Amino acid sequence: MPDNGASQAQPAATTTTNGAAAETRRQRVRVLISALGMLPVLLILCIGFHFLSEGRFFTGQNLGIVLQQAAVNTVLAAGMTFVILTGGIDLSVGSILAASAMAGLTLSKLPELGMLWLPASLLTGLGFGIVNGALIALLRLPPFIVTLGSLTAVRGLARLLGADTTVFNPSIPYAFIGNGSLTLVPGVASIPWLSVIALLVILLSWLVLRRTVLGVHIYAVGGNESAARLAGIKVWAVLIFVYGISGLFAGLGGAMQAARLYAANGLQLGQSYELDAITAVILGGTSFVGGIGSIWGTLVGALIIAVLSNGLILVGVSDIWQYVIKGLVIIGAVALDRYRLQGSART
Amino acid sequence: MNDPILEMRGVSKSFFGIKALRAVDLTVYAGEVHALMGENGAGKSTLMKILSGAYRPDPGGEIRIEGHPVRIEGPLGGRNAGISIIYQELSLAPNLSVAENIYLGREISHSGMLARGEMRDGVGPILKRLGADFLPSTLVAHLSMGQRQLVEIARALHARSKILIMDEPTTALSAGESARLFALIRQLRAEGLAIIYISHRMDEVYALGDRVTVLRDGRLVGSLDKPEIRADTIVRLMVGRDVSSFYKKDHDPDAGRGHPVLAAIDMADGHRVKGCSLTVHASEVVGLAGLIGAGRTELAHLIIGAAPKTSGRLELEGQPVEIRSPGEALEAGIAYLTEDRKALGLFLDMSCLDNINLAVLGRDAKLGWFLDRDKARARADRAFAGLSIRAANVGVPAGGLSGGNQQKLLLSRLLAIAPRVLILDEPTRGVDVGAKSEIYSIIDNLAKAGTAILVISSDLPEIIGICDRVVVMRAGRIAGEVTRGANSPLTQEDIMALATGMEHLDA
Repeated sequence: MPDNGASQAQPAATTTTNGAAAETRRQRVRVLISALGMLPVLLILCIGFHFLSEGRFFTGQNLGIVLQQAAVNTVLAAGMTFVILTGGIDLSVGSILAASAMAGLTLSKLPELGMLWLPASLLTGLGFGIVNGALIALLRLPPFIVTLGSLTAVRGLARLLGADTTVFNPSIPYAFIGNGSLTLVPGVASIPWLSVIALLVILLSWLVLRRTVLGVHIYAVGGNESAARLAGIKVWAVLIFVYGISGLFAGLGGAMQAARLYAANGLQLGQSYELDAITAVILGGTSFVGGIGSIWGTLVGALIIAVLSNGLILVGVSDIWQYVIKGLVIIGAVALDRYRLQGSART
Repeated sequence: MNDPILEMRGVSKSFFGIKALRAVDLTVYAGEVHALMGENGAGKSTLMKILSGAYRPDPGGEIRIEGHPVRIEGPLGGRNAGISIIYQELSLAPNLSVAENIYLGREISHSGMLARGEMRDGVGPILKRLGADFLPSTLVAHLSMGQRQLVEIARALHARSKILIMDEPTTALSAGESARLFALIRQLRAEGLAIIYISHRMDEVYALGDRVTVLRDGRLVGSLDKPEIRADTIVRLMVGRDVSSFYKKDHDPDAGRGHPVLAAIDMADGHRVKGCSLTVHASEVVGLAGLIGAGRTELAHLIIGAAPKTSGRLELEGQPVEIRSPGEALEAGIAYLTEDRKALGLFLDMSCLDNINLAVLGRDAKLGWFLDRDKARARADRAFAGLSIRAANVGVPAGGLSGGNQQKLLLSRLLAIAPRVLILDEPTRGVDVGAKSEIYSIIDNLAKAGTAILVISSDLPEIIGICDRVVVMRAGRIAGEVTRGANSPLTQEDIMALATGMEHLDA
């Protein structure tokens, strides 16, 4: 029997090739389905709200509002995507956003240095993020604990920055990024600057995650940290980077809020923003254990949250019920996602 | 013989287009011990998982139990059909009592209240029948491995299973426990149970097997009745060719062996490795043998900087080098293939392409940052062709590949850096026969090309088959060295004597 092994190999090889071709097609369909992710849910929500609100959803003005409302959360969620891809979590983004906005606004009131408020906000965020990252990467503390701590500590610093009052600056430089729009076709189509920034952040994140060496290393650390270390990846540097990015984007979010409101309050600004950001990432299909996910999913997730808020107001649902419905939609969407991905799960 | 209790006809199973099982026919009768043999990856575990209900077979096949066609689905499917499996890693909850484990999932309760007493009474007779020397109320955590196996068997009997599948049941047992287990298996056979006994060990199959079925590459390649059971027949069926041509060693160590490439001097970690020195020359394959726990993997980890050392230094091509992390080792040209590819080597959710390129992404990058996707693609294609890695395409996740292909995938990542020193830790563990022989010829070709290779292996025939020289470790120290001479081949006896410390007795 072992002797005719060679003659058997021929037909066996061809069937494998055919099987492989069919498998490749199935693989592509699967990739397409998982790439689309929650996009169908987003579209169904949009269309549903359009009919329920008697045609008030798909208007240029309303879409502009939705995009503007989604902007800050999209930026925070982009940073959160980096962190969750490594299997971590950043609970401190809301507090960092508040501290960065406070730092920026305080600086903007100084006549000579006023123009520097924007980079000051970004650097404040980056600084807090790097501290988070260093504690997690170098002292090897659990991310949940570290960022839970900084959620509280940085909130305190934010209040300290404004002596626990609201800081106003009606003539803040670069105010256009908060309230202006980029005109695409004069008089017909324009897009809020906040949304432009959010889209740029998404594009930048995609570039880093999918087109750079660092991006592959982020996925690798999330997929298997021990293997990443043995493969020569500087895991500590990757971790400091992702928490740094999350902080930086939170700082950017703070700047966007400051420019939009001309004001910031260390106690109130950014309260529980981290939850919306995490929700957007999870809705986007990124795995909580790390290693799997995409930035486009996060964008869709952030848009779902914004469309829900906007649509429920348009339809006239009371504020209290909005909470209940949003919570249920999140659980339902993730349940749907589980069900959808079951077919592609490894056996 | 009487009617078969289990009949499988044309049962197949494929994953990601790779056939793990091809139209297997298996017939098992009540009151027999049916040995199932085959190399790792031959399809034994897939077959078992189909019988347990963990995998659903491809459509087309048929499974009959006592003549009735059955569909085995879900985790309880096997048990409901009368099939119980005792896995290598026992599936007991150590924090619960023996009785609670046996009743797990089918607890007796009265209006929601657990009837512990009734459960204890219920398992008493079964434990007695099995000759157990522990009580139903004993915590499983307090039992030895042999006793735990008894609990597993009791659970199967309690579920009124007619077919008992045992997967290498003696691996964790002492000799005495094994003997008791054999006696019990004979008793169960006499009571009319059908036992499917999976094992690599020829002596066990001789002692117990009424019939032997051999699987290779997912196919059933032969069934032998008791009188036909012979070691050479079984090995030929398992391997599919003559064993002598299996290990490939064409490179000539004396011709190529020039300068020492890697010299580790007095390496110690203050714990498991106690001052070890070894040298590997260019074009040389050095085996690092020893019993499990002798410190071989730990020594390799010290060399590549994966663990902190308390003393010792490294020389590479005669120059002292300082290596503090696996990353620095790779930069210096020392590559290490881990013994645990799933936990420490591969990124199972990432594509084969990313897995192969991971170590050289930085070197290939454009502008220092951006991925060179054409280069990565070309390298992955080359690796697939050169190491004959079998997967649908380079984009599929590494987790879907068979053990042998995963190992080749990991090896191709290391080869991408063109290492001067290659340290292979159990390179063929959990790899099927075909891939094994391919890995041997890859090692041989690398040695021919001048690479210095250190192979850690617990498989003595493998070490003897592919190595030029064998360094043996015992309890954290180098116990000695066995060299292949013109008239003195390497022998298992010499290596084992050093590994166990028996060489002093001979002298």
